Amino acid sequence: MILDNGAEVIIGLEVHVELATRTKLFCACPSAFGAPPNTAVCPVCLGLPGALPQLNREVVRLAARAGLALGCEVRLTSRFDRKNYFYPDLPKGYQITQYEHPICEWGALEVPLADDAVRRVAIRRIHIEEEAGKLIHEGDSLWGATGSLVDLNRAGLPLIEIVTEPDLRSPEEARRFLRELVSVLSYLDVSDLRMEEGSIRCDANLSLKPPGFSGALEDLARVEVKNVNSIRNVVAALESEVKRQRAVLDAGGRVERETRGFDEGTGTTLPQRSKEAANDYRYFPEPDLPVLMLDPSVVEAERERLPVLPPALRAELVGRGLTSKEAAVIASDPGASRYLARVLAEGADTRLAVTWMLGDLARLLNEAHVGYGASPVGPAALAELLQLMAQGTLSGRLAKEVLDRMFATGHSAAAIVEDTGMAQISDQDVLATEVDRALAQHPAAVADYRAGKAAALGFLVGQVMKATRGQASPDVVNRLLRERLAALAPSS
Amino acid sequence: MSMREAESAAVVVSSVQRGDRTAVSVVSAALARIEETELRLHAYLHVRREAALAEAARLDHEAPSARAQKPLAGLPVAVKDNLVLAGAPTTAGSKILEGYHPPYTATAVARLQAAGAIVVGKTNLDEFAMGSSTEHSAYGPTKNPWDVARVPGGSSGGSAAAVAAGTAVVALGSDTGGSVRQPAAFCGVVGLKPTYGRVSRYGLVAFASSLDQVGPLARTVSDVALVFQVLAGRDPHDATSVDSPVVGRLATAPSRLAGMRVGLVAEQADQAGPETRQAVAEARLALMDLGADVVDVALPHGRYGIPAYYLVAPAEASSNLARYDGVRYGLRVAGRDVAELYLNTRGAGFGTEVKRRILLGTFALAEGYYDAYYLKAMQARELLAQDYRQAFQAVDVILSPTVPDPAFRLGEKLADPWSMYQSDIMTVGANLTGLPALSLPWRVAASGLPTAVQLTAPWLGEERLLLVAAALEALRPGGEAWPDPLASPGTSGQGGARP
Ligand SMILES: [Zn+2]
Repeated sequence: MILDNGAEVIIGLEVHVELATRTKLFCACPSAFGAPPNTAVCPVCLGLPGALPQLNREVVRLAARAGLALGCEVRLTSRFDRKNYFYPDLPKGYQITQYEHPICEWGALEVPLADDAVRRVAIRRIHIEEEAGKLIHEGDSLWGATGSLVDLNRAGLPLIEIVTEPDLRSPEEARRFLRELVSVLSYLDVSDLRMEEGSIRCDANLSLKPPGFSGALEDLARVEVKNVNSIRNVVAALESEVKRQRAVLDAGGRVERETRGFDEGTGTTLPQRSKEAANDYRYFPEPDLPVLMLDPSVVEAERERLPVLPPALRAELVGRGLTSKEAAVIASDPGASRYLARVLAEGADTRLAVTWMLGDLARLLNEAHVGYGASPVGPAALAELLQLMAQGTLSGRLAKEVLDRMFATGHSAAAIVEDTGMAQISDQDVLATEVDRALAQHPAAVADYRAGKAAALGFLVGQVMKATRGQASPDVVNRLLRERLAALAPSS
Repeated sequence: MSMREAESAAVVVSSVQRGDRTAVSVVSAALARIEETELRLHAYLHVRREAALAEAARLDHEAPSARAQKPLAGLPVAVKDNLVLAGAPTTAGSKILEGYHPPYTATAVARLQAAGAIVVGKTNLDEFAMGSSTEHSAYGPTKNPWDVARVPGGSSGGSAAAVAAGTAVVALGSDTGGSVRQPAAFCGVVGLKPTYGRVSRYGLVAFASSLDQVGPLARTVSDVALVFQVLAGRDPHDATSVDSPVVGRLATAPSRLAGMRVGLVAEQADQAGPETRQAVAEARLALMDLGADVVDVALPHGRYGIPAYYLVAPAEASSNLARYDGVRYGLRVAGRDVAELYLNTRGAGFGTEVKRRILLGTFALAEGYYDAYYLKAMQARELLAQDYRQAFQAVDVILSPTVPDPAFRLGEKLADPWSMYQSDIMTVGANLTGLPALSLPWRVAASGLPTAVQLTAPWLGEERLLLVAAALEALRPGGEAWPDPLASPGTSGQGGARP
């Protein structure tokens, strides 16, 4: 994104993803969400005197898995460090993280942009770290609070932080990157990815590169917007930063290197109090944990267990005849892609399956707030419905109605057709009687048709459909009506 | 009272195992002895009178066959007050933890208890184990049983005094830069700093995590060995613990050390005062009498020990002590906002020496100084480790002084932290390199104060260390019999200094 004053937008992201393990990173406390405050705690995650961390190896596996999926090199030796700062949600007064030697380095994510363009975003590193607790303030902030409550259930949950190079060039690219990242992660079963519960958070760095600037990007004054909790807010924060920095430059000012926070209420960024921002974290190697060693065979086994990921999947779907937009929608959601695979495995027609999945089924799922994986109409049931349509037992309109009922009751399409008699009537003899009756009852329409008003045919079809409660085969009715009308003598 | 506590741990345990004596009677005697000596010594911060007697009674009610399975049945032990024990307060010698009751028990303590030992009390220490005299305890200093005008050493001064005074047969201490060995030397008892990781640190209130190690103090080498055997082994709660339990019984004192190669750190011996030099010289001859070859070894980077230690230890301490913020437990001094709460709580809760080290450590880790201080110190540490590796290619154990001089007077070094720090010069090497080391009392000097020598072994070499120490112990002036400091004339008074 080049602004009209020639400045280029430079964006890098740090994405924090909470990993879905049964227990915390350094203790055996459950990682369950929603337990009463301070009940999922122990001496280790409370930071009691004398307690020591024990590394949860499942976290290491999931971090390596995420790294492999993002094309990173997984380091066979990595190390934990302490990041020291005081905050009431940080029980030990330091966070155990990986500073000097992260577990994964140098991967990339190819982000689809508009018009089939691709932005390759380098992943500089992925490291493991522990989550802090949760603070609830009485008052507007920690520093102005009249009282604060600390819940340490969340303290010590495992996180990975995914750090990109400053390769993104607009808030829109950041949005596309995050959506692609989330969809890749969603295939890996490493995280619940619940945005509203904070299982993904983002720090966004943005600078404006003036025209003609030839130095290193690191030398640009960089503003970091910390702890933004949804893709929509990240985009809003970045857009507001572009405007703000632009205005500072236009007024002849200089953008200060600083840390800002995002205010959801106003949709703008605000400087963080210097007390919260200015910190020398005094990193040093965590003496309570040995160097983390990984067996190469473990890494290779994990690599082999990787599923087909969105980029490959999109290509595969386009190869099967989906439009790139359809492929993108289905590949972005593991539930959808698994659903489609199963519908097709049942022998359904690809075009029909995609149309129905992304059309009526998607509408129902949306209304019910459930994903494809939890759809009351499973892939085999949808395939059966599509089969009934292909056989001519159901018209498109009837099938839609049957799908609604399937969704509501969980019954099969065949059972619903059987119970309701909703099968399409294609029997010529039955329909011929109805057609003749309609012609007899609506002489005016017949006259109109014969006078050249083609729309009158539609009216007559509608009358037949109404009489058969929609079950008549529209094709057959159309054909019969035309035959009958043509057989009448032309008007003089 | 009878001096039954002066018996060896093995004798006490076997009499309780056999049912010749009840655990209650053994523990009662220890508690009576505490009552008798505590006013003069102040070795304890908390005495577990009821709990200890209840545990002893429970042990007495166990089936004899179950009791016989417990290698420390009925043994009264004292525990330094920086090891947590559920049900008893833990202060770590600091006001900031006053009234804190931990909900769990340290692995080292739990292992002793599971083996049948009875914890009679929590012993005094320099605040957060930072000090060499126990004068930095927020609860007042402990006195040396040999001369109550002198310090017992530190930081495990309470544990050393408790054992020397016979109020416990064995005590646990912690050793970060000599905190078990130096007070053991000052109080005339045996103190072992095991290999880093051989004894779990879980439940030890951290001072400097890469240096801290839990170790036993007792009157004899065999008592130390008996307890060490129970303490050693891997603990899943401590990721730095080593899977190396002691297999089989540790050997009793051999009469010969033929073929054993002993290295003498001549430079350190020369730095010591006359009484310590005498002790080292005598120990050297005794080793030769036992058939060992004694040669000089050099630790060329030994002089970097103190500077490296006083960067690494405060750096780690500054981080380890960040958790004492008044938010969750211990002292809280309110303020207008959370920053003031921190400042007020930490300002009021920490003593001068702890603040000094937190400041030192914070500077050592600060951005822009890390490479010059912390990183350099870690490099010096590696050079020192190379020195020891080199030395252990030529010798099996290293002989040196534990401390330059016997116990100093209360208050003598308080105003001069630098000279206090220097007294760790012979002990920090084992911590910086993780090696096991033991302080063995040698003779009572003409001044009436005990002297000591130190033995250091290669990584996981405790068995060898204890073997050599036991052989030496048998040959030291006075042999295994060692005077009762409180029984000697002139020390039962109110603390006048000796001439
Ligand atoms: Zn926990």
